[in-house]
Parts: sequence; structure tokens; C-alpha cells
Amino acid sequence: MSLTVAYSALITGILVWLVLVTRFRTKSWEPLGVTAEIDGQRFPPQRVGLWVFLAVVTSLFGLFIAAFFMRMGHDVVAPDWKPFPEPMILWINTAALIIGSVAMQWARSSVAKGDAVSTRRALIVAGVMTLAFLVGQVLAWRLMIMSGYFQPYNPAVAFFYLLTLLHALHVIGGMVVWVRMLLRMRAVNAAPPATEAVDVRRRFRLSVELCTVYWHYLLFVWLVVFALLLTHSIDSEFVFDRLC
Amino acid sequence: MAYVAIADRDHEHELHDPHSWIRKYVWSQDHKVIAIQYAVVATAIGLVALVMSVLMRLQLGFPDTFKLIAPEHYYQFITMHGMIMVIYLLTALFLGGFGNYLIPLMLGSRDMVFPYMNMLSFWFYLLAVLILVAGMFVPGGPTGAGWTLYPPQAILPGTPGVTWGILCMLASLAVFIIAFTMGGLNYVTTVLQARCRGMTFMRMPLSVWGIFTASILGLLAFPALFVSAIMMALDSTIGTSFFLPAVNSMGENLKYSGGSPLLFQHLFWFFGHPEVYIVALPAFGIVSDLLSTHARRNIFGYRMMVWAILAIGVLSFVVWAHHMYISGMNPYFGFFFATTTLIIAVPTAIKVYNWVLTIWKGDVHLTVPMLFAIGFIFTFVNGGLTGLFLGNVTVDVPLSGTYFVVAHFHMVMGVSPIMVVFGAIYHWYPKITGRMFDETLGKVHFWATFLGTYAIYLPMHYLGILGVPRRYYAYGDSISFIPESVHLANEWITISAVIVAAIQLVFLYNLIWSYFRGAKADPNPWRATTLEWQTPDTPPKHGNWGKDLPVVYRWAYDYSVPGAKEDFIPQNVPPSSDTPAGHDHGHGAKT
Repeated sequence: MSLTVAYSALITGILVWLVLVTRFRTKSWEPLGVTAEIDGQRFPPQRVGLWVFLAVVTSLFGLFIAAFFMRMGHDVVAPDWKPFPEPMILWINTAALIIGSVAMQWARSSVAKGDAVSTRRALIVAGVMTLAFLVGQVLAWRLMIMSGYFQPYNPAVAFFYLLTLLHALHVIGGMVVWVRMLLRMRAVNAAPPATEAVDVRRRFRLSVELCTVYWHYLLFVWLVVFALLLTHSIDSEFVFDRLC
Repeated sequence: MAYVAIADRDHEHELHDPHSWIRKYVWSQDHKVIAIQYAVVATAIGLVALVMSVLMRLQLGFPDTFKLIAPEHYYQFITMHGMIMVIYLLTALFLGGFGNYLIPLMLGSRDMVFPYMNMLSFWFYLLAVLILVAGMFVPGGPTGAGWTLYPPQAILPGTPGVTWGILCMLASLAVFIIAFTMGGLNYVTTVLQARCRGMTFMRMPLSVWGIFTASILGLLAFPALFVSAIMMALDSTIGTSFFLPAVNSMGENLKYSGGSPLLFQHLFWFFGHPEVYIVALPAFGIVSDLLSTHARRNIFGYRMMVWAILAIGVLSFVVWAHHMYISGMNPYFGFFFATTTLIIAVPTAIKVYNWVLTIWKGDVHLTVPMLFAIGFIFTFVNGGLTGLFLGNVTVDVPLSGTYFVVAHFHMVMGVSPIMVVFGAIYHWYPKITGRMFDETLGKVHFWATFLGTYAIYLPMHYLGILGVPRRYYAYGDSISFIPESVHLANEWITISAVIVAAIQLVFLYNLIWSYFRGAKADPNPWRATTLEWQTPDTPPKHGNWGKDLPVVYRWAYDYSVPGAKEDFIPQNVPPSSDTPAGHDHGHGAKT
């Protein structure tokens, strides 16, 4: 069965590949009249860099999640894999992160309008909510230890800590950029109000945009990780009953 | 930071020209300086690995003679030799070294798009190397788990370096991966964003294509090694059981339970196989440029070469388990992975044919870089053919534990990329240093290395077919099926290896001596078309291009164009009656 799936995936891949290569039909050795304009420079490199970086992070989390499933076992769950109830605080943390992400989006549209005050306000809300998320995660880890579920040799627990910690580290990386951006904004604050709109747009539009993308991405990763942890926790049936 | 982002904004770069010596040569953000820093560190640590291989060979060729090589040392040498050569030498040299040097120069940009991150990448790499070296001096010495670091033995008592050595190795790998990610982001984004005017994707030299694709592979594959390193470090320190099954070690039951060693192998090889191509693809690209330049012919089938590089890149992610045929995984998987392995041979074979057809009836100049490039075709074909054997499950099962595998991977991903490294260093040496190297010493270096390679690895194939197991410290009398001739062959291999290793000193001597005493190099000694040879200064200064960036009018392979005055037309020369476009090539001059 899995072999059939693998082979059909391979054949699909080869077909997609054949379609793709037709895009490389340029005959490089023929003259193109005057210099051909190149199409790669429409985006700022920071944006391209961020998207490439997100691909790397996707690979990282994807592999951890693959390891999660493989360690858990395919048909029968590994005997030492002992599910535990997820700390309820994770729901509150999730809400905080969602609000943070929404606030980032608010900052993004404010900066596009050139509204410096509202941009700053939105950024602060986003940062504070994200900080709240991080504090909440620390509380969740402490709750786990206090409730006696912290047993590193139980892979379910080990993966819980590993995945949440890895995600938190990425969030902290985002917060570092956030702090730097706020500091830069404060430095610009002295600018005369007449030029402020143009200034905030010119100087911060890209930074805010990249932060927003990163925030949304980390929210997405968190939702995937959270769903993964919930569906394999001891009270997952209970949760599903409540959701449906 | 953004001054090189859009390659045309040259007026800004004056502001960033570093003036102090430290900023220029130590904390440098110049891609050329970073490239040389990478290359020097990689070579230095590579020499350590070379010495280790000599020590291993001395033990194998003349057992009981060198008492200082204890069994645990032998395993530590194996581990460190493999890890250093694959990751800290070849990956770092091809991407950190050649990638850094060539991408901006070949694409006509001033620098990488994120120069500061590029600098950090080097310093993290140096840190990774230092942690690795520190691991050799901690109590218990470096890990002796083999370069694949398979659990459970990698972190169980009895394996050398189980306390500190393995942790240093894992930490070093994690830091290396962070360094590589910073570098790789730069290489990929620079290729996507900082090409000069006229440099379309399909006009890029194949070196850049190879390095670009390898960087993407690295960015996506190294996380697998990162994941396995983190999880193994946790298994070893705080007692998680990701990889460790229930084991009884030294008579006591450990607290581990249910972990999956197979999971580690999957993660490791999901990185490990693309890693082969992370090393091979830059070599493929660079060798294409060397062959074309020194045979004065356009590369045969440029588009096919680009497709082949990309196809190999994609396929390299679906062949990993061919390293695990004997691991106990589901045998049906072996069937699938054998198929994909044979499929990947197709684009690879296309490349080999195209290389041969490029030099076929060309105006071949047997310069030192060309000798190494041709040498590469030989060693690569040899290694590739034995790869077809090992890619098949039924053949691999009996050969997997023998010297046949050692011979195979050394030919295909040890010697072959190193041949290209040597060729490339000789090729770009005049541009990097502004001096010519000594041609005679270079030829001595080539012939000794090339013939020495065969003296070392050809007999190993026979040893493998005889069933001589690899990874053994010594072959005592208890292994009765090993005939006397095997010991003789081992002596021969060892003597050859010592000679080849010693000859590398000639190479180093040549590089260092020529740097100070070599004849002044012409800006374009090989009469090459690619942009790095058209810089206003040799060696290129900070910012590479003086005031104006180059504009590209043609592909990188306009050699021997009929009707042209010279037998090469640089990429930045506009079409004219003296410099026609290369499409007439092969059809006779059009009047």
C-alpha cells in the first residue's frame, strides 16, 4: 500500500518536473537583442531572504513532526508513549498569540497608511501579547513539572517540551527584531510631523511587513503544533466532543 | 546592508569601504575575504583529517607495528576523519569558499545581499570547528561512534568519547548548521536578487547553478541533522528515549525504553544523502566551467546540464534509505529506494556524457586545472559505476559491510570533489592572489594524486569483493577466510596513501610560495568568458567592479565562435561584427 503511494508520488513528481522544465526553454546562446531585463529584482532581498528562511524553518518543524509520528509508532502506539492531559493554559496562550498576530496585521495596514502613532500602538500590542504567550508557555512547562507529568523518558512529554521550546525560541527571535524596530522608531520620533507619514512608510513599511509575515507564520506553526499535541493527549476525545 | 541589494546602486558602496586593517581582513564583510577565511580554516581542519587517515592506514597496513594506535583511537580517527572531510572540509570549502567567492563575481554584483550575516556565518563556522577540535582534548577524547553516529552505540558506555566527545560533536554540528543556514540564505538570495543587468538565469555559469542548487539542498536537508543532533544530545544528557531502545548495558538495564534507532537513521540519511549532492553539485558545476574554458568549447547541452542539476537536486531527497538496506527497515522500502537511486543515475549520466562531448575534438589545453577536471571525470565514472552496484538491494546486502563501499564512496564523493577543488583552486588562483602558481609542481601534484588515488582505491574494490569487512581495527588469525594477499594489498594501499598524503604538501608549498614569489598573473590568464575574469582589478577590490557594474549580453560559453576575432567572447561584450553571438557555433560562420 505505502509502496503504491510512494510510486505514484514519484511519478507525479516526474510529471510536474517535466512541466516545470519547459519553463527553461530559453536558448541561452542566442542573442537577445539588447540586454534582457532580469526579473529577479522586483522584490527587496530582505523579503526573499525571509521566505527562504521560512522554508528552512518549515523543514525543521516538518522533520520534528515526522519524528513525532515515527516515534509514536505507525499501527500500534509505542508502549512507552504515555499520553498526558495538556495544561489548559495553552488555550489562553493560543488566544494571546492570535491577538498578537492580528495586532501585527493592524500595524501593517497602519504603516501602509503612514499613520505612525497607530503603527506604534499596534506594534506594542502585538509585542505585549506575544510576551504574554511566552510567559504562558513558561507557566505551562512549570504546570507540567508540578503536576508530576514531567518524565523525560516518556517520549510524549519529551516531544511536548521539545516542540514548544523550539517554537518559543523562534518567537524570541522575532521579539528581538521587534525590540530593535521599536528602538529605531523611537529614534525617528523626533522627526517633524509634516514628513512623518512619508517617513514612517518609507522607513518601516518593509520591517513591519516582514515582522507580520513572520508572526503569522509562527502562529500557523503553533496552531499545527498545538493541534498535534492536543489530538495525542489523554483528553483528546473530550476536546473533540466539546468542539464538535 | 542593502547597498548591494539592488546591484545598480553603486554610488552607495563608497560609504561602506572599510579602512582599518581589522575591518578589512578579520571582521570583514567582503565576500572575497570571507571566502578565503572559509577556505583556510577548511584546509587546516582538512589536514588534521588527512593525518588521521594516514594513521588509520598505518594501522591497517602494518598492524602491531604502531603501538600508539590503540583500537579506540582507530575508531576516533575514523569518526573524525569522516565527519571533518564531509562537512567541515568539503561542504565548507565548496559553499563557504567557492560559493562566497564566485557567486557575486560571476553574477556581476558587488557583494552578497546580507554581508553582515555572511561574516557571522564564517565566525559561527570557526566556532563549530573550534568546538570540534576541543572535543579531541576533552576527557575520553572525541567520539568513536563512526561518522554516522548511530545510536544506541554512540551514547552507550564502551564507545570511545561517550561522555564528552559525543556532546562536543553534536554541539559542533548544531553550530555548523546555524553557520551554514546564514551562509546558505545569502547564497540563495544573492543568486535570486543580485544578478547584474542581462544576467538571466539561463545565462548563469554552471558553477553558480551548482552552488545555488546545493545551497537550497543544504538549507532543506541540514535541519534533519539538526533535529537528530538535538534529540541525541537529549537522550545522552537528560535521559529522554527518542532513539534509545530498552537496553542492557554492562550488565544493567538502563532506564531507556522503546526508542527507535531506525528513526535516527532515517533522519540522518534524510540529511546524509542530499549532503552527497551538496558536495557533488558545486563540483559538477565548477568542473563544467573548467572543461569548457580549457577545451575552448561551449559546454555541450547547457540547458540539459541545468535541468540535470535541478533534477538531481530534487531526486536527492527521495533516495536516502539506500544507505539503510541492511538496517532492518521494511524490505519493500528498499525496492522503492533502489528504483529512485537508479533514476538519479540518469541525469548524472547525462552530465558525464555532456562533459565528454564538451572536450571531444575541442582545443584541449592540458593546463593543471584541466588535468584535474579530466581526472575528475575518470574518478567520478568509476565511483558512479560502483554506485549502480550498491544501489541495488540484492548486491548491496553482501557488499555493504565490506571495503567495496569504502572504495565506492571515496571514489565518488571523496576523491572526485577533491579533484574539482584542486582544479578550481589552480584555476582561480591567479584571480584570487594576482599571481601564477608553479605549473610543474602543479602537474607533479596532479599525477601523484590521480595515480595515487587508483593505487589506493582500486585494490579496495577487490578486497570488498573478497568480503574483507570494513571498520575493523585489525584482521587477526581468527578471520580465516581472509587470504594472505589481503595483507599484502593493505601494505600496498598504506604505502600509496602515505605518498599521496605527502604529495599534498607540494600543493600547499606551491600555493604559499607562489603567493609571494609567483609570476604576476594576467587579469584573464585562461582567456575565460565569465565575469569574474573581467574585473577592473586583479585581485578584485572591495565592491568588485569599480564605478560601474558590468552588463551581460551573452551566455557564459562563447568559446571559439566562428567569425569572432578571438576564441572567446566575455559575457559583458556586446554583439558586433567582431564578436558575433554564439548561436552560429557548430553551424559554420554565417556570412
